[in-house]
Amino acid sequence: MKAKEGCEMKKRGLFLLVALVMVILPVFGNGGTETVAKPATSEKKAEKTEIVYWQYYYETKVNLMDQLIKEFQAANPDIIVTQQTFPYEQYNTKVAASVPTGTGPNVINLYYGWLPSYIDAGYLQSLPESVFPTQKIESEFLPLVDAAKFDGKYYALPTAVRSLALIWNKDLFKAAGLDPENPPKTLEELVVDAKKLTKYDKNGNYIQTGMSLQLNGQIHHWIREILIRQFGGSPYTEDGKTVTYNTQAGYDAFKFLTDLQLVEKVGMPNFMTDDVTAFKAGAMGMTIDGSFRLGTLNAVPELHYGVAEIPSFKGVKSNFSSFWANGITKYTTGKKLEASLKFLQFLTSEDVMSRWMTAIGELPAKKDLSNDPKFSNDPKFGPFIRGLSYTHATKFIDEAGQRQVWLDAWDEITLNGKTPKQVVDAAAKTEQAILDKYYKK
Amino acid sequence: MPGYSSRHLLFLQKGREVMLPTLSKNNTLAKRKALWAYAFLAVPLVFYSIIRIYPAFSAFYLSLTDWDIISSKKDFIQFANYQRMFQDKLFWKTFGNTIKYVVFGLPISLLIGFILAYNIDRLDVTADLYKAVYFLPYITSMVAAAWVWRWFFQPAPIGVFNNILTVLDLPNRKFLSSPKEALFSILTMTIWADVGFQMLIFLAGLKNIPAQYYEAAKIDGANNWQLLVRITLPMIRGTFIFLLITGTIRYLRIFTQVLNMTTQGDGGPLNSTKPLVLYIYDNAFNKFEMGYASAMTVFLFVFILMITLFQMKVTKDEDA
Repeated sequence: MKAKEGCEMKKRGLFLLVALVMVILPVFGNGGTETVAKPATSEKKAEKTEIVYWQYYYETKVNLMDQLIKEFQAANPDIIVTQQTFPYEQYNTKVAASVPTGTGPNVINLYYGWLPSYIDAGYLQSLPESVFPTQKIESEFLPLVDAAKFDGKYYALPTAVRSLALIWNKDLFKAAGLDPENPPKTLEELVVDAKKLTKYDKNGNYIQTGMSLQLNGQIHHWIREILIRQFGGSPYTEDGKTVTYNTQAGYDAFKFLTDLQLVEKVGMPNFMTDDVTAFKAGAMGMTIDGSFRLGTLNAVPELHYGVAEIPSFKGVKSNFSSFWANGITKYTTGKKLEASLKFLQFLTSEDVMSRWMTAIGELPAKKDLSNDPKFSNDPKFGPFIRGLSYTHATKFIDEAGQRQVWLDAWDEITLNGKTPKQVVDAAAKTEQAILDKYYKK
Repeated sequence: MPGYSSRHLLFLQKGREVMLPTLSKNNTLAKRKALWAYAFLAVPLVFYSIIRIYPAFSAFYLSLTDWDIISSKKDFIQFANYQRMFQDKLFWKTFGNTIKYVVFGLPISLLIGFILAYNIDRLDVTADLYKAVYFLPYITSMVAAAWVWRWFFQPAPIGVFNNILTVLDLPNRKFLSSPKEALFSILTMTIWADVGFQMLIFLAGLKNIPAQYYEAAKIDGANNWQLLVRITLPMIRGTFIFLLITGTIRYLRIFTQVLNMTTQGDGGPLNSTKPLVLYIYDNAFNKFEMGYASAMTVFLFVFILMITLFQMKVTKDEDA
């Protein structure tokens, strides 16, 4: 009998073990993967306030931020800032997935095109007037920053902004018999140069393209904010709530763009998988890209490139700008909020901005700095900075969805042979539905 | 055997080392062993309940709400998501793509898998080598393989296939950049990766056919074709049904290769390769429409369930 009892005990022990596993497992299951500081804990220890900062992983940004945090902590010994990063591709998903758990960062870096969703969901808190007065923001920062303004309040502020420029390969210009120091200044010149820069094999396949047509890169911004305006239209109404490119100007602009592939045959989307790869490999004469790309291009020593303002058309200049802005999450309160605001003030200081440009290649977000001749006459950053004076920041609601509209329009023309009018009208309808869904709920 | 429950019979069938102590120690050892088995099984069971089964069932609830992940409000909107789904052209297009993956992909992969297994089964010395070679793609990371194939399918000068066509003086093909060819290009890669698995399971089935049957048939003067049709195929029916059902489910859930082989994972060009699972993912994690995505998930769940039950029923009926 004793033996049997022992056996029963063991059994009971076994079930206890199983029960224990059942209880513990979910706790570890959640806690193990999320190394996120839970707000409102660990505050008591040593009177230090710990705040968490999130941005996506981009090596130069992460390194500079580590350095900046060190300096910020030295100046504010009672604050500890922890930086956490995620791969760019999953960043938005990661942020979104963290929201319902109520855990996550105190200060967060978000693409301005994502702000509407997060503000709408109540994820970000508006910046208090006492620390960041609206009037001061608007007098100091570049006007495009108002893409972070909703219902009269600012929810996030950038350290840096980005604009586009024409980047050309000087060696390929020379080889094609063009002046390597004289990039195209108008769209007409661009077409002529692009044709000379394009090479085909005996079957007519591109072995070198004249111009990037990477629609899912920066080219969808070229059509939306630049070409449509240059052809006499405008992409949206002033408030960004209504699509207005389904006009003759829109059709003409898109015809010009698609004709670069179909008629002029100077390039195609995804040549050598993408524009950056092709340009780095010296197989693409010209591209349109942001200042943040210069670091990538500088890493290829044999590549000799120049930067110029985006070609004009009919005397119209236009540019597209965008930015990543830092905001403060809703559950950041009390001491953490104070610390976060301090940190945000630090990140938007002129000193950090000028260092950011040198290290990252993104442009200062304040007017005084970007007007500084030291920056605006820089041979590489100058064209980007000068572009800021005539730039537009699209009020995106769903950046990926609004980009897809143009990708589909392109495919409908090049693969299914539809007319520019048909596809632009369809694009306008689809994009308007995206806008309506957001503004009319 | 009197005094033995069906569970003991199971052990008896599995191996003698279990049966012998069972008889001598009056069942307690078997009970304890079974208990330990349950204990170990409990851990994955609990794990799966929390990580997979519970979230799967919460999808039913979410499908009746308009939850967008990031906001705290979760309004109950009854069947509005389902109504929207049945009117959504893109939903039907992606569902159609999913069906195409199954209808074109699975039979080819089963056929090639069987042909490989049938021939490898007849080899002696080099069989292991062939098994390894054909099984290798199956254990290769799908993401890595997808990217390599994506490069294969590029236009000249970097795409291997188009370069071969150029050398042979044949017109180049668009492959992944054509709405007509893209789905089949992705399917080619999928079958390449899948065939090894089918082959291995078929091989196991073939090895289980007793050699006496073939010997007897040969004595009766049967030729190779008759052996195949009259003995081999009927004897591996069980294997075939298993592969058919698991394969259907696998092809209905195609996702990784499309995400990696299309430009920025958009299932293009013009949604021609986008399977339903990718459309669900898109809605849930890019557009944050979790409610709508859940509704489509429930639809896919019910669809897979019906297909599986149907297949099991049909194959059972034939047994009887």
